[in-house]
Amino acid sequence: MVRESVVITNETGLHARPASEFIKLANKMSGAVSIVKEGVKVNAKSMLALLSLGICKGTEIEICVDGGDESEALGILTDYIRNLAE
Amino acid sequence: MIQGIGASNGISIARVRRYEKPEITVVEDHNIDIENQIDRFEKSMERSIDDLEGIRKRMLESANQETADIFEAHIEILKDQELVSGVRNKIRDEAVNADYAFQSILDTYITMFENMDNDYFRERAADMKDLGQRVVMHLQGIEMEPLSNIQEEVVLVAKDLTPSDTAQLDRKMIKGFVTDVGGRTSHSAIMARSLEIPAVVGTKNAFALLQDGDMVILDGTEGVVLVNPGEHVVEEYQEKILALGEEKHYFKTFRDKKSMTMDGRHVELGANIGGVEDVDSALANGAECIGLFRTEFLYMESKVHPSEEVQYEAYRRVLEKMGDKPVVVRTLDIGGDKELDYLKMEHELNPFLGNRALRLCLNTPELFRTQLRALLKASRWGNLHIMLPMVATIDELREVKGLLEEIEKELLEEDASLGIGYKLGIMVEIPATAILADVFAKEVDFFSIGTNDLIQYTFAADRMNEKVAYLYQPYNPSLLRLIKMVADAAHKEGKWVGMCGEMAGEVQALPLLMGLGLDEFSMSAPSILRIRALLSKVRMEDAAQLAEAALGMENQEQVGTMIKQYMDKLEDSNG
Repeated sequence: MVRESVVITNETGLHARPASEFIKLANKMSGAVSIVKEGVKVNAKSMLALLSLGICKGTEIEICVDGGDESEALGILTDYIRNLAE
Repeated sequence: MIQGIGASNGISIARVRRYEKPEITVVEDHNIDIENQIDRFEKSMERSIDDLEGIRKRMLESANQETADIFEAHIEILKDQELVSGVRNKIRDEAVNADYAFQSILDTYITMFENMDNDYFRERAADMKDLGQRVVMHLQGIEMEPLSNIQEEVVLVAKDLTPSDTAQLDRKMIKGFVTDVGGRTSHSAIMARSLEIPAVVGTKNAFALLQDGDMVILDGTEGVVLVNPGEHVVEEYQEKILALGEEKHYFKTFRDKKSMTMDGRHVELGANIGGVEDVDSALANGAECIGLFRTEFLYMESKVHPSEEVQYEAYRRVLEKMGDKPVVVRTLDIGGDKELDYLKMEHELNPFLGNRALRLCLNTPELFRTQLRALLKASRWGNLHIMLPMVATIDELREVKGLLEEIEKELLEEDASLGIGYKLGIMVEIPATAILADVFAKEVDFFSIGTNDLIQYTFAADRMNEKVAYLYQPYNPSLLRLIKMVADAAHKEGKWVGMCGEMAGEVQALPLLMGLGLDEFSMSAPSILRIRALLSKVRMEDAAQLAEAALGMENQEQVGTMIKQYMDKLEDSNG
C-alpha cells in the first residue's frame, strides 16, 4: 500500500463537482482507494462515504491506494487534488 | 379561493385529480432467506436505475440539461459502492430483510446530510428520500399507476411532488399542478417552469380542501386556485387564456425582426441575465444583446469568493453563446441591500450611500482584480463590454482604467498570445455623474442608465420604504431632464447610451425614452417581444414631440396624462 498526505486548497473542498469527479477518477483505479481524515478512513470510491467526511478547504487528508498500479494511481489522485481550482 | 405561491406562469381550467402515494411501511423481518433477500435487493436496484435512466433521457428531450442532471445524480447515488455493499453486509450480518436493511442504511445518510449546515447536502438528502421511495416500492412490488398514464386533462393536486413525479407529467394531460409544500426554487417548481406547466405551490392545505372532480381555475402567475367557480368566472378566464395565447402568438412574429420604429429608427433590445442559464431564454425571446449581466449572482450563490477560473468559465460561456452580439457585463454590484457571507462588510448606517458596488471594489482590490482578470481573459470569446456600477467621479473611472491597463499587461506577460479586446462603459445612476456626463463621455465607450438607483438618489427617497414610495417617480421631468443630458452628452462624442433599469421594459415609457434619444434597452427576456411590437408602431416624430413636451412639464402626473393619451391614440389607430 502507498499513501500520501495532501492539503485541500480549493475553495469548494471535496464537495459537489470536485467530489464527483474525484470519485469517477478513483473508480478507474484497479486498486482499493481510501481517504483518511482525522483518523477516520473511508472508501474513496464511494460518493456517500466521501461526502460524509465533510472535507473542506484547509483540511489535510491522506490518500491511500492498495493494489494495482498503486504508485501511478496515487500520483494521479494527489495531482487531481492539488490542481483543483474551483 | 386557495392562495399559494405562483411557481410557473400560465392559466389552466380543468378537473382535480388528487395524487397520493401509498404509505410505504418497512418492517424488520428476520425470518428470511439471505441469498433470496440479496437477490431481491439487487433486482430492485437494477429496476430503479433503469427507471431513472429512462426519465433522464426523456428530460433531455423534453426539458433541459439541468433537469436531466437531477436524475444523473440519483443514478450516481444508487450505484454508490458503500451504499450497495452496506446493504448487502447488513442483510448477511443481521440476517434481515432487504427492505429494512436498505431503508436503515439510507436513513443514516439522510440524517447525516440533513444535519449538515449546507444547502448542497440538504439537496442530496432530498434526492435520497426520492430515490429511496422508488427502490422500496420495487422491493415490495407496489405498482403505482404512473402519472404518465393519466389520459384526461386534469390539474394534479398533491401534498408534495418529488422531481421524479414531476418528470413523469405529460403536458398534454396535466394542465397544471398544486402542492401543499414548496417554494419558487424547489426542484418541482424549477421543473414545472422548464416543462411550461402552470403551477401553484406552498398552498399548505390544497390537498385537504380539494376533492377529485372539483373544477378549478389555476393561475400560476398570481399563485391562486379558484374552486368550483361560477360560469361567468370560467368564461372570463377562458377569454384570458385565449387572449394570452393570441398575444403570445402575435409577439412571436416579432422574434426574428429588427427592433425598429415605424419610420426606420433602429435600437437594440437586450436581455438582463444573471448567468449562462438565462442565455437560452434571452435568445429565444429575440434578444439582440445582453444589456446587463449581473455578476453578483456568481458571488451570492457561492459560499466562498468565486475564483478567477470559476468566473472565467462563467463569462466565457455567456460570451461564446452570444457570438458577436454585445454582452455588457456589470462588475460586482454588492452592498446596499445585497451582502456576501464571506466578505466582511461593516454595518453601515446608510448602506445605499455607503461602501457599495464600485466603491467596495476599489476598497477591496484583490476582490476586484480577480474579476477583472477573469473578464479580460474571457474577452477573446465574444463581444465583451465591461460596465462599472455606481461611478460618481471621473477619478474613479480613471483608477479602474489604470487597473485594467495593468492587468492587461500582466496577462500578456503570462501569455503573449492571449487576445484581449473589450469596450468600457459606466452606469449612470448617481445624479453627479449624469450632470457631468459630457466629461465622462470623452473617456468611456458607452453609458447605461440604471433607473432604479438614479430615481432613488435623485429624489433622496429609499425605494424600500413604503412611506416614501410616492417619491419613486420615473416620469418626473427632473429625471427625464437628467436622462436627456446623458443622451445628448453621449451622442456629442459619438457614444451610445442605453438603459437597464425596470423602466427600460415598461411599455408606456418606451415612446418617451425613444424621444429622449436612447439607443439601447435591456430588460427581462419575456418583455422584449412586447416592447419590439410596440416599437414598430411608434414614429420618431411623435416620440420627439412627446419628449420635448414632457421636459417642459411640472410634475409626473402631467407627463403621465400625456403618455396615456398618446398610448390610447396609438391603440385606436392600430385597431
